[in-house]
Amino acid sequence: MIEVQHLTKRYGRFTAVDDVSFRVERGEILGFLGPNGAGKTTTMRILTGYMPATEGKAIVAGFDVFDQPIEAKRRTGYLPETPPLYHDMTVQDYLTFVAKIKGVPTNERSSRIKSIMAKTRIDDVGSKLCARLSKGYKQRVGLAQALIHNPDVLILDEPTAGLDPKQIIETRQLIKDLAGDHTIILSTHILPEVSQTCQRIVIISKGRVVAVDTPDNLTARLRGTETMYVQIDAAGSNAVASLERVAGVTRVVESDRHNAVVGYEIESEQGRDIRRELARAVVTNGWGLLELRPMRMSLEDIFLSLTTEDAAQGQAAEETANA
Amino acid sequence: MRNVLAIANKELKSYFASPIAYIVIGLFALFYGYFYAVYLQVFLRDSMSMSQMGASPQAMNVNQQMLRPVLQNVTVLLLFVLPAITMRSYAEERRSGTIELLLTSPVSDIEIVLGKFLGALGLYAVMMSVTLVHNGVLYFFGHPEWKPILTSYVGLLLLGGSFLSVGLFISTMTTNQIVAYISTFSTFLLLWVISWIGSFSTGMFTDVTAYLSIIEHFDDFTKGVIDTTHVIYYLSLITFGLFLTARSVDTERWRG
Repeated sequence: MIEVQHLTKRYGRFTAVDDVSFRVERGEILGFLGPNGAGKTTTMRILTGYMPATEGKAIVAGFDVFDQPIEAKRRTGYLPETPPLYHDMTVQDYLTFVAKIKGVPTNERSSRIKSIMAKTRIDDVGSKLCARLSKGYKQRVGLAQALIHNPDVLILDEPTAGLDPKQIIETRQLIKDLAGDHTIILSTHILPEVSQTCQRIVIISKGRVVAVDTPDNLTARLRGTETMYVQIDAAGSNAVASLERVAGVTRVVESDRHNAVVGYEIESEQGRDIRRELARAVVTNGWGLLELRPMRMSLEDIFLSLTTEDAAQGQAAEETANA
Repeated sequence: MRNVLAIANKELKSYFASPIAYIVIGLFALFYGYFYAVYLQVFLRDSMSMSQMGASPQAMNVNQQMLRPVLQNVTVLLLFVLPAITMRSYAEERRSGTIELLLTSPVSDIEIVLGKFLGALGLYAVMMSVTLVHNGVLYFFGHPEWKPILTSYVGLLLLGGSFLSVGLFISTMTTNQIVAYISTFSTFLLLWVISWIGSFSTGMFTDVTAYLSIIEHFDDFTKGVIDTTHVIYYLSLITFGLFLTARSVDTERWRG
């Protein structure tokens, strides 16, 4: 549905997007993840035909966004970072105008507007001026605007930014419901968002794609060693030595201590479940077992490790170049 | 074309949703009424003294001696008023981010530019319709010739259109409306006075500067003459302004 090949965008000497390639299949939700200034918005703007790329190609719904922009735009709905609302128009008038310029046929217009307003739950503010809407409503009107011509492709730039927690959950649910009928790309710098809504993630940093995978695979891929967290009440005794003797344990690190209650991070051989042995060791030593859980690398950690790794490599390369 | 009209309609509505339309039309009506009253007095005084000298009242021509000077003052008024119409056109779209909606819709750049131009021209037409009241009253009581009045309106439309297309272009280059207003006003003024520098000599330089001057082309319309030279001048200026606007929007895309 969406195919991006070697996309590059330069502003003068600054490269905002550097050789980005990825694909999105029909009905899929792709998460576009990266720190602020990573090139998410620029990539989305190229895909929507707002700006041309310096190099590379982008095909949306079968049309090249540069060679056949009108056809591609007809099939794309776009919600920019700030919802593009005319503040002096009422919601109803605004959606009517958008429906007109997006090419919704005259006879379908009013029914279309009505159903979209119901879907995005803005039917109670139809006669309000856009300027008077709360942030949450503005965002939803923005979403309605992107959906009005029933596009094949939806591109959402930080759709939940600035919403309250309840609205965030509602918006995520709405986006999930939209998948299937629409192919969706959404960008965010909030990690739980992608793991909850997206089937695949593209992590982008400094204009470059650093990883493309499903949230589960990304988590698995980056979990090099298995780590357990154990919290025990082991008054006075040398717990570290005892724990290191447990079969399969490679390393024990004390992570926190509150009087007699100590927490340890225990690394073990890859693929070996040491929970039973650990529990038995704790019990035979007569300590109190307060907590025992596997430590997973969260998406946050993955994200940080990927993006900082990339930065470190870049820096190293720079230093070599200077030397 | 449907897109052009949709955008023009939106533009016109948004002018009337903001105070700009009311201020522009209100001020214009105020000053137009003032000029009209003053020149009416001048005309009455002159025709009075003419008849005292024994000349027949027919010697006075209401078109030439009253409407023409009024129109010349109106053109000065346009210099101040029209930049206020175009100053927000693109500046506001860019400031509020709605330009992203327009540029990502299945609408060509030219359609957007034409839509905005027609919207601005629409407001200008509404503003000008104020003068129909004065001229209507005059028509019933003063019996002016209607053809020079008609050609004057054609001239005003072309002159206004030229100003608006240049103003539109300037508004694409800034997000600040005050900057847009001042730059547009200065450009209008320059287009206006450019012939002065050539008025001290004769020859090529004088001809060129006189041709470039936006106001030199207007006078014939008030006399009831539609000269193709002038029509072509205005139409090419409008086209040039709109062309620059479209190019400027496109350049902005590349720059980001």
